[in-house]
Amino acid sequence: MHKQSNPLQIYLDHGATTPVRTEVIDAMLPYWTDVYGNPSSVHRFGQLARKGLQYARTTIAELINCRTNEIIFVGCGSESDNLALRGVMWAARKFGIGNHLITSAIEHKAVLDTASQLRDLAGFDVSILPVDEFGQISLDDLTSSIRPDTVLISIMAANNEIGTVQPIEEIGAIAQERGVLFHTDAIQAAAMLDWDLNRMPFDLVSMAPHKFYGPKGIGILYARQDIELISALTGGGQENGRRAGTENVAFAVGAAVALRLALEERQENTIHYQALKNQLIDGIIESFSDDCRLTGHPTNRLPNNASFSFKNISGNDLIFHLDVAGISASSGSACLTGDPEPSRVLKAIGLSDEWTKGGLRLTVGKQNNEDQIEYILKVLPDIVNRLRQIKVQIA
Amino acid sequence: MRQPHQNPRAILANEENSTRRVVVAMSGGVDSSVAAGLLVAQDFDVIGVMMRLYSEPSQGSETKHNRCCTPDQMADARRVANQLNIPFYVLDTQEFFFNTVVQPFIDGHVSGLTPNPCIACNRSVRFDFLLKHALALGADYLATGHYARVSDTAEGYQLKKAIDGDKDQSYVLHVLGQYELARVIFPVGDYTKTEVRELASQLGLPVALKSESMDLCFLADGNYHRFLVENAAGSLQPGPIITLTGSEIGQHRGLGHYTIGQRKGLGVSVGQPMFVVKKDPANNILILGTREEASKKRLIAQRVNWIAGNGPTAPIMAEVKIRYRANLVPAIITALDDNKARVVFEKSVFGITAGQGAVFYQGENCIGGGIIADEVI
Repeated sequence: MHKQSNPLQIYLDHGATTPVRTEVIDAMLPYWTDVYGNPSSVHRFGQLARKGLQYARTTIAELINCRTNEIIFVGCGSESDNLALRGVMWAARKFGIGNHLITSAIEHKAVLDTASQLRDLAGFDVSILPVDEFGQISLDDLTSSIRPDTVLISIMAANNEIGTVQPIEEIGAIAQERGVLFHTDAIQAAAMLDWDLNRMPFDLVSMAPHKFYGPKGIGILYARQDIELISALTGGGQENGRRAGTENVAFAVGAAVALRLALEERQENTIHYQALKNQLIDGIIESFSDDCRLTGHPTNRLPNNASFSFKNISGNDLIFHLDVAGISASSGSACLTGDPEPSRVLKAIGLSDEWTKGGLRLTVGKQNNEDQIEYILKVLPDIVNRLRQIKVQIA
Repeated sequence: MRQPHQNPRAILANEENSTRRVVVAMSGGVDSSVAAGLLVAQDFDVIGVMMRLYSEPSQGSETKHNRCCTPDQMADARRVANQLNIPFYVLDTQEFFFNTVVQPFIDGHVSGLTPNPCIACNRSVRFDFLLKHALALGADYLATGHYARVSDTAEGYQLKKAIDGDKDQSYVLHVLGQYELARVIFPVGDYTKTEVRELASQLGLPVALKSESMDLCFLADGNYHRFLVENAAGSLQPGPIITLTGSEIGQHRGLGHYTIGQRKGLGVSVGQPMFVVKKDPANNILILGTREEASKKRLIAQRVNWIAGNGPTAPIMAEVKIRYRANLVPAIITALDDNKARVVFEKSVFGITAGQGAVFYQGENCIGGGIIADEVI
């Protein structure tokens, strides 16, 4: 589309989204012009559509080992987070069984802003656990913040910006022991975990298929069947009364196929991603001295996430210059209107002001290879140096 | 680097254009949009960049935007970029713009000057900061929607007035040197404003019918009196108004509210028209005089830039503009040490204001200029 003299277009922002794979597109196609009925209709068109929806739901349930009625289709990953938090807390309010929510300082805004709104507009109590320099919460902090009126703990499986993986099985075990529900935003991690919800102590899990080569415009919420959820979207009673709206059968089927393929390929993808991620991390850390640092946990991190911060550099400028050089990446403090804020996550892990605007996130995917990484390693130091030069020259 | 040419239409269809990268400074307005469109039509490798400049801080729950960097303007610029099929980025320039343009504007008013912030912006922000970014991106040129022309001659680059004399912006571009002129393109300088609007329609640009404002870009509402009151309140104390002979004839509201040559709104009545002649910020006094007393025959310019690189070694004859909208007045200019110049006018000129630009022309060429100093030698 863009006419540029640089023909290279290296996509390194798989944490933002991924291309839809052809198997998924093929699986979705019939549902637009052939099987187009409304799944709620009595007639055969409806029945066939319902069957497609059923297939999608069953497939996903089998893949993550839960019951079919525990899968709720929603409009996006953020909606899944919203439904988990609001659904549970309002139900607790309705039954008078508690008022307190615990979450962490580095959750996605879909969790944190929802929590803030619950606190500010509806009088729920919210505790926000701090994180250490790697972005992990302390299990002791968690345990001591659980109160008799705690209803829900929400801690993400892995952080989108810095890639750090949280000890969600331990967190789930603590929650279980104390009779508190546990929700995990697994949007970044869904394709990387070995799912077994029969064994894993999770009550609610959020996923977004567009992160694993499925379509945008659909999200998944797993909710253990005995959990009461007050729905945010009311009306036609779809999704067992938990989320109204004519079901997007095509996308549900696409989501199921995407998840199936992602989990089938999980091990080989993980190996592929780790190699490229390590090549990136080693190469970048070596090229820079103490004006660049790895952010997030060095080993306990998503296999595809290499994130850094550059001292006294604007992450926004960096990704702009990188894009012109043919490398598409992201930064925790980028902004389409040129008004970047310091990254909340980098502040939470204790970085000072000189670092918090300089984030760079590189997330590899299936389409990336060693040669592309080599190119980035060659080009990145140049770009950072040039940006530093500009600062020096205009000072 | 630039193709030598005598044809005033600067952008020629040229096979080599596609290997040349140009960063276009886009504002969402008609001029910069058409500039981008012309470059794309001539097959350059074009990248659109909009600078996010300083906006006044939020008051209450409304984020106050300046006239220029509103989300709407940005959306317009982005739409134009999409239409032209070029990438579009926003460069955060807020702090730098505040430090190099806004703060000096405030400080200037506090010391009794009337700065022209567009000159500072072109000197520091557009043709230094942005130019450096453009070059760092591998661009060969930076293009803007300014009305001006550059020509390449055996003696070097020349800055010429735009074809449309009414829109000519060479005045604020007098800060450019040979280095910058080798690296800038002003696509719309060869067209009249009417032609530019037609081009916008022809190119199908969504901003063809936009109106343009002439106010300072970083003001939310064009009201610089309010801006000064809010940002330099301490220096805007009432004080005495006196004549050149020392008689006190009234009170002023704060020196920053007045400009040299101002006649209206002085609140005095002495039987003849009185004009602001001078400000004395040290004593907070406003000095009025007759029209003759408010006219001077000479000025000293400082921070003088000569387009050719070096100043003339002997006094030269030229025409001078003492304000963006002033008429050209004949004068003799002598280059002095320390990047200064003395300008002696043929006839007294009314309203010479320290802080404004004094820009020198010979025919179509802008040959340089500087900032009018608060001293007369």
